[in-house]
Amino acid sequence: MSAIQYRPGKEPHAKEHRVVFKNVDRADWDTSLKTYEGEGGYEQLKKALGMEPKAITDEVKAAGLRGRGGAGFPAGMKWSFLPPNNEKPVYLICNADESEPGTFKDRYIIHQDPHQLIEGMAIACFATGAHLAYIYIREEFPEGAEILEKAIAEAHKAGYLGKDIQGSDFDLEIYIHRGAGAYICGEETGLIESLEGKRPYPRIKPPYFPAAMGLYLCPTIVNNVETLCHVKHILEIGSEAWAKTGTPNNTGTRILCVSGDVKKPGYYEVQVGKVTMGELINDMCGGLKEGRELKAVIPGGSSAKVLRADEVFTVGRGDDARELTIWDIPMDFDTLAACGSMAGSGGVIVIDDSRSISWILNNINNFYAHESCGQCTPCREGVLWMKKITDRVVAGKASPTDIDTLEGVAKNIDGRTICAFGEAASWPTESFVEKFRDELVGDTKTELEDDFLNAEALTAAANLR
Amino acid sequence: MSFAVPSDLEKEIDDRITHYPVSKRSAVLPVLHALQHHFGFIEEDAVEWAAAKLELEPIQVLEVVTFYPGFRQSAPGKCHIRVCRTLSCAMAGSYELMDSICEKAGIDRSGVTHHNPIAVSDDGKFSIEFAECLASCGTGPVCLMGDDFHEAVTDVDGLLSQYK
Repeated sequence: MSAIQYRPGKEPHAKEHRVVFKNVDRADWDTSLKTYEGEGGYEQLKKALGMEPKAITDEVKAAGLRGRGGAGFPAGMKWSFLPPNNEKPVYLICNADESEPGTFKDRYIIHQDPHQLIEGMAIACFATGAHLAYIYIREEFPEGAEILEKAIAEAHKAGYLGKDIQGSDFDLEIYIHRGAGAYICGEETGLIESLEGKRPYPRIKPPYFPAAMGLYLCPTIVNNVETLCHVKHILEIGSEAWAKTGTPNNTGTRILCVSGDVKKPGYYEVQVGKVTMGELINDMCGGLKEGRELKAVIPGGSSAKVLRADEVFTVGRGDDARELTIWDIPMDFDTLAACGSMAGSGGVIVIDDSRSISWILNNINNFYAHESCGQCTPCREGVLWMKKITDRVVAGKASPTDIDTLEGVAKNIDGRTICAFGEAASWPTESFVEKFRDELVGDTKTELEDDFLNAEALTAAANLR
Repeated sequence: MSFAVPSDLEKEIDDRITHYPVSKRSAVLPVLHALQHHFGFIEEDAVEWAAAKLELEPIQVLEVVTFYPGFRQSAPGKCHIRVCRTLSCAMAGSYELMDSICEKAGIDRSGVTHHNPIAVSDDGKFSIEFAECLASCGTGPVCLMGDDFHEAVTDVDGLLSQYK
């Protein structure tokens, strides 16, 4: 294969392993079908249409592809939860609601390589027996929605979608469905409610997976954009070769999105677990800004528990137990979980010593207070109180005991809600309070001034957002 | 003034509805998007119209309008600006960007609340609100000017001049 030319300044780092992002920032690339077909586009769909659907699912299972949206759940396993002997229609939904703070990968697939996603989806639909599929794309990607609409129309015209695709007797329609600015639509059952035209209140579990009961109460598969793209590559090189990239149980590549206090923020596709936090920050992102030191890292989107720069993490069991500094952590699902956080959506937010932890946590709490759907009382009330308390800390109007109250509120949300938003919203506060209690308490006042509980001061604090 | 949907818009909406062969109700969001795109916001009559179109009760449409931050119930400025407020953009200066745009566009945000997040400039040319994470955290601060996305925004005068 001749070397790919990337746009100047956009060349991948030497430690990257580009698969899904192969065509992102290419100098000689555009979103047309012709360009895509010129490099083997839709060949894997043609191949898939000649396979047994179950064989495709088995390949995805054998590859060990874990969901790239946040939970890291094995995609092939998710597909195999479709009920046997099902007589209802099956639907497939691509979750393109990308809205976890710190995450910006699906944006580039959608805007620069839409056919890759459509091909991956079409293969997944054939494997799962879905004839109607939707791409649920966040409303704040208006250009992305247009690009996808155009790509779908082109694929339709060329016989990759529609009736009797490539003479296979397989029919498939894919439609774009735009969200309307609500983070909760990334939760798969909330997304389904939204696609049904309702408020996106997540559904009560069980059933735990929409594969059992999803859109219109029919079996439904919901997968992230990046996950669906990988399906195409698994078919292309085979599950065995695909699983050789990455590390055991953390196979393949994934896109890490780095933002915050580094010299070169951006997206880096790496083999899962083959790059450490230190390599990511110091080599790939050019290190911290001049004269700055690392204070903390949020490793998997803002919902992931924060890691403090000076922590020592013990991972592994028995003879395999070893100690890691933050720099040594391999960026994979299992190690980040063992370090008490998660790989999540791949959004790595780097925080240096110039930042106030109270300010950071308050920004995060404002996000969750804005995005709670309001269905469960602990979350609806709790996130607002967490925001109000950190508003006060930032405004210098909090007392030291407020930090205990803050922690108590977070712990009373966690585990008491219908969906994982409760954890997503409380983990930042729980972890920041646990790891930076002294700094948070340091921002409070033991002797509150007279204007404490002064209506004007509180309103000012509440309007900080 | 009575509420009237132009025939080409209605045709576009009818076409969108066909994308949901199982349930017309699923088309609530796309119908509202089309109406908001044309009229700038969702007024009461638009809710009634959408409900009639989709054979729903108006409350089934209104509950959607009031839930999603993407739908507006009052008129925005000619160019509606959404500045990303969330962590990575805030670290990159999005609050300063918000202040700078407001100052240069003549927008007063002092009356903004959770339920009324939008402020409009006196001349009606611009309106603005904070948006939560726009998913471009590596290039903050970012904003949407109408449907146009702008990243690493530093030149506010240059940005606004494109939309005057």
